[in-house]
Amino acid sequence: MATVMDKGAALREARFEVEEFNYAYADTLDRFDVDGWVEYFTEDALYHVIARDNAESGLPLGLIYCEGKAMMKDRAYALLNTEMFAPRYLHLSITNTRALKIESDLIHAVANYTLIETLVEEQSRVQQVGKYRDIFERTPNGLLLQERKCVFDSVMIDNCLVFPV
Amino acid sequence: MDVNSSMRSTGGQGPHVWPDDKTLIPDWIYTDPDIYDRELEKIFLGRHWNYVGLDCEVSEPGDYFRSYVGPLPVVVTRDMDGEVHVFENRCAHRGVEFCREYRGSADSFICPYHNWTYNLQGDLTAVPFRRGVKGQGGMPKDFDMAKRGLRKFHVATRGGVIFATACDDMESIEDYLGPVICPEFDATFDGSEMKLLGVHRNILPANWKLYQENLKDPYHATLLHTYLTTFGLFVSSNESNIPTDKYGRHGGLLSRRSEGRPDVSTEDAANMQAFKKAMELNDPRVLDFVREFDSKWSGSVLTIFPTLTALRQTNILNTRLLVPRGPNEFMMIWTVFGRADDDEEMVRHRLRQNNIFGPAGFLGIEDNEVLKFLQDGLRKSLPRDGLALLGEDDEPTDTIITERAIRGMYRYYRDVMEL
Ligand code: FES
Ligand SMILES: [Fe+2]
Repeated sequence: MATVMDKGAALREARFEVEEFNYAYADTLDRFDVDGWVEYFTEDALYHVIARDNAESGLPLGLIYCEGKAMMKDRAYALLNTEMFAPRYLHLSITNTRALKIESDLIHAVANYTLIETLVEEQSRVQQVGKYRDIFERTPNGLLLQERKCVFDSVMIDNCLVFPV
Repeated sequence: MDVNSSMRSTGGQGPHVWPDDKTLIPDWIYTDPDIYDRELEKIFLGRHWNYVGLDCEVSEPGDYFRSYVGPLPVVVTRDMDGEVHVFENRCAHRGVEFCREYRGSADSFICPYHNWTYNLQGDLTAVPFRRGVKGQGGMPKDFDMAKRGLRKFHVATRGGVIFATACDDMESIEDYLGPVICPEFDATFDGSEMKLLGVHRNILPANWKLYQENLKDPYHATLLHTYLTTFGLFVSSNESNIPTDKYGRHGGLLSRRSEGRPDVSTEDAANMQAFKKAMELNDPRVLDFVREFDSKWSGSVLTIFPTLTALRQTNILNTRLLVPRGPNEFMMIWTVFGRADDDEEMVRHRLRQNNIFGPAGFLGIEDNEVLKFLQDGLRKSLPRDGLALLGEDDEPTDTIITERAIRGMYRYYRDVMEL
């Protein structure tokens, strides 16, 4: 019984850490700080944004697919230095966070996310709604993402996705 | 569909007249609902092959997926004999769009409303209560199942690419593409087995023709797409060719990326600059080029009239289907593939490289954004003609700073639309 309590407490504690992490992560992206976004990941992290229909059909194509932080840095560079897109406000909400299991210093977690975009003279609209499937690593400097798989339900993308989720 | 030859397109501003000057493109072709209706009749149901998908999307008997002929929803199937079929996604009874899944596998389609059942060829095979109940009601005595199937399209495939047409005496795909474009088509779709990697979908609030134009427009490539020039995928001095078929309807944007370290004595500054930047990438694997095609071109964008674009850029392979949804909007279905014999590392290489394209790709974002801006301009401002002035119609086809291919497409469009 005691171990069950401990396990529950450990998962609750992990959930709290993950929630804190996700709130900071969302705020970083809401501020368009894609250089800062990269720093939420480990060196060899996988970041994969994949349409739910592809994921469920076993098709690997990602809307964004970064193997390692280096690729994320290159995306951040391209976005800030080479890309043309309309000005916008971003509003990323991360909810329903749950820690599923803890394996030594790894936390497996899930959360729902919603990205609302607001463009000039347009109404706010949902750009993406999906689920994170995450693996976090506990490091001396706090949590880092070893894997973030963003499986989005909003398969029919409204024009384009500019910033990561 | 009947062709009403007296039909004249009229918008809010009275009858439209196409300007005599061939460098002018009137903006009502992108916004007028009558023009949109006329396109269905003259183009999508006319003498054209409409791309609907790839063989590798229906690799097994019983596989199917949703697709479109112009704006019309269709289902593409592979029957138990391996034959590919394309038919309307509209029940022959009351008209329900019955196939609701992106893709799947089935041995028949049952319309949910009254359970009319169709086989993989689109034939009607069962109708419930055909003889009514207790001798009353039911179908008329002369009801002929054979005449009540789904509307079918003629189908042809070439190199694993599936096309459909409503035209009963259509020429072969080879003749449709013509001797200039067909070899380039065959270079990408070389008959080796393809492997589906996935599909991107997006809505673009613009007229579908603008996307074909965009991929016939080498002028914008190095100006809008800084990524291309920054990292050396394409700079204006690269060896290039912009062929079109004899009608001007199909085109290619072919280019050859300089390989290895540019030689400072012969290559220009832009190439050198791009090479340096590419070396500064934190992960330069994204730009690696694994040679796999028997073609001198490392980049090939084909615009096949009306709604197919086929891309081979380095090791990125995709088709894009443009699905009109009214004059001011279309849907894009990007089908991304590799080859059946790709090993795991090659699949991952393609996945990494595909960050460049798609609706979150470095080029994809910019084209989608700018075409939205363009439709806003056409839709909201006072009508006037667009300019396509650059280059000459009889210039050598390796001319880069030109709008020749756009003019060519509209010469054909005007002709086929009888405008
Ligand atoms: S509408 Fe399809 S069976 Fe009646
Ligand atoms: Fe472009």
